[in-house]
Amino acid sequence: MSKVVIKAENISKQYRLGLVGTGTVKDDMKRLWYKLRGQEDPFLKVGEANDRSKKGDSDYVWSLKDINFEINQGDSVGIIGRNGAGKSTLLKILSQVTQPTTGKIYTKGRIASLLEVGTGFHPELTGRENIFLNGAILGMRKHEITRKLDEIIAFSGVERYIDTPVKRYSSGMYVRLAFAVAAHLESEILIVDEVLAVGDADFQKKCLGKMNDVSKGEGRTILFVSHNMSAVKNLCNKGIVLDKGSTLFSGDVNKSLEFYLSSLNNSFFENPKINVDIKESKGPKILKCEIKSGVNNNLSSFYDAGDFLQVSLSIKPDMNETREYSVVWFIYNLADEEVAVCSSWKMNNKSFNSLDTEIKFKIDTLGLLTGEYYLRFVLHVPGDVNFEDWNNAINFKIVQHDINKTGFEYTSIWNPKTFLKTEWL
Amino acid sequence: MKEKLINTSEWDTVIESKHSLFDINFKELWHYRDLLVLFVKRDFVTVYKQTILGPLWFFIQPLLTTITFTVIFGNVAQLSTDGAPKLIFYMAGITLWNYFSTCLTTVSGVFNANAGIFGKVYFPRLIMPLTIVISNLMKFGVQFLLFICFVVYYSMNNQITPNSWMLLTPIIIILMALISMGIGLILSSMTTKYKDLNQLISFGIQLFMYATPVIYPSSSVPENFKWVLDWNPLVALFDYMRFAYMGIGTFNMYDLLYPTIFSIVILMIGILVFNKTQKTFMDTV
Repeated sequence: MSKVVIKAENISKQYRLGLVGTGTVKDDMKRLWYKLRGQEDPFLKVGEANDRSKKGDSDYVWSLKDINFEINQGDSVGIIGRNGAGKSTLLKILSQVTQPTTGKIYTKGRIASLLEVGTGFHPELTGRENIFLNGAILGMRKHEITRKLDEIIAFSGVERYIDTPVKRYSSGMYVRLAFAVAAHLESEILIVDEVLAVGDADFQKKCLGKMNDVSKGEGRTILFVSHNMSAVKNLCNKGIVLDKGSTLFSGDVNKSLEFYLSSLNNSFFENPKINVDIKESKGPKILKCEIKSGVNNNLSSFYDAGDFLQVSLSIKPDMNETREYSVVWFIYNLADEEVAVCSSWKMNNKSFNSLDTEIKFKIDTLGLLTGEYYLRFVLHVPGDVNFEDWNNAINFKIVQHDINKTGFEYTSIWNPKTFLKTEWL
Repeated sequence: MKEKLINTSEWDTVIESKHSLFDINFKELWHYRDLLVLFVKRDFVTVYKQTILGPLWFFIQPLLTTITFTVIFGNVAQLSTDGAPKLIFYMAGITLWNYFSTCLTTVSGVFNANAGIFGKVYFPRLIMPLTIVISNLMKFGVQFLLFICFVVYYSMNNQITPNSWMLLTPIIIILMALISMGIGLILSSMTTKYKDLNQLISFGIQLFMYATPVIYPSSSVPENFKWVLDWNPLVALFDYMRFAYMGIGTFNMYDLLYPTIFSIVILMIGILVFNKTQKTFMDTV
């Protein structure tokens, strides 16, 4: 059995809403008065769950409420949840930037936290000087940094600029250097907020690879917050799902992701949202899109795998446009990964012209695993111009993938993203 | 689930909301000593980057202030200097006072000025005020060198008589540093919550300057205001400067007793208050 390195007991964090600083003298006096009489802080009783969208009665909210968890050595834990779920607050408490209102966290080993890359970088100092400064801020001793200096510079890939002030750096170089310093920390526990959002894909991959080495190779513990579900899935083996300041689920990472994704759809799938992103002013335009079930011909967002999605696009044609165009659809999953694609041009050389006011087609969903997806439509003249691009046009969900009713399901939480019908010979 | 009593000693760190007042982790502070050195270096190196005169500004600034004071207070207002040459008299006061006031104001604004970095990474917050006091000490050192040059010049002309009391200077400077840091720390915890104080501090420090013999000798203070000087712990330090380097005024070892006790007490209070504030200031700043 592995050792517990982080143990959180009843962690709560209360924040004051509105203008902090006005009226605080009054509240401070009240607090003091209660304290003098040996009573509990009166403001700890008030406060409500952190729900942004509703207007609350109290000026105090609980950003975190009674969080409990244990993390073993060598685990890499993904903390997932919607915006405002309390992820960052939790990381802040763990990195001791702020303290919890109630509760205790016990930790074993040095904690290094990366809530932001390049904290404390001074623009006037050179890359080399900043490596030392940033390393020291993160808790490294000078001799540790000196020992790792070459490794850090090599990892960052900015050798050539290392003696130039960092204010002359491109933002990518800046981030590379900063992450390189953090990646070489010798701490037992590494806390990483969504710092990987910056940098190019190549570098992101490098960072994830490095973090993977750290957790799997060196047996260190990682806490990772990200909205990038595939990064969480690849990097972590445990997950904690937060919502409105409380833990909804904690355990295996795949189960956590599944839990999180299914908790999302309440608000996400009842009324499909349409984001319009028009690139071209002339040409045919999509007015409306609808998906109906092939089973009963009703408008629906929920399907079993193998059902047909009947898509209909209402088109406003442009009479001045003589070129023929084709339609492409893409299917994305919630991790924003493209799962499937089909073009009318490629498929059966079908194209449309200014006489078409409605485009209809049906998609076989058998290849999709259970999970949530969204559709994107593009109207274009291949190799020439895009008339219309509806990204995130409509959402749907594959509720189950169990055609033969075996009780066994293919879900999108797995690494494979598609199912291919196979005939066993 | 089995309930186990948690033995605090098997954990390295316990993060919690309640702390005893005297819970100051000096071991941790020591671990971060390299950071202190790097911060001081940063402050020193970066101030005059991309300026033509560079470090020369360390000299030019106090020199210009001294000349201004000499003209305004010495020649126009004709304040007494107890017979010492005006330039050196004002320079002694200004060099010492600049150090004190810069430290005090910077330390008192330490939370606001560093909110960005404090909000993202943890290190013992006390490193920052220490950095301020020490990096200002370096600047003070440079300016003090200039002062010494003038002392040598004037004593060669027999206009002033420096004496062996000069050897006590390091103690005086340490007292100055401790007092400014102590007061600064106390104010810093208040300015995070009540920003109004920032306005008051700049006014207060001016007032404080006039209550301290910076631009006048203590001997020139009228009898009915003497009580102000009795309470002011800085008076002995400024008297010392004039006595040791110019041979004017009076000074003896007992005069240092009050500033010493004051500096230790105020620094202790300062550290305790600061330590309490640092844990939650991110929520109020």
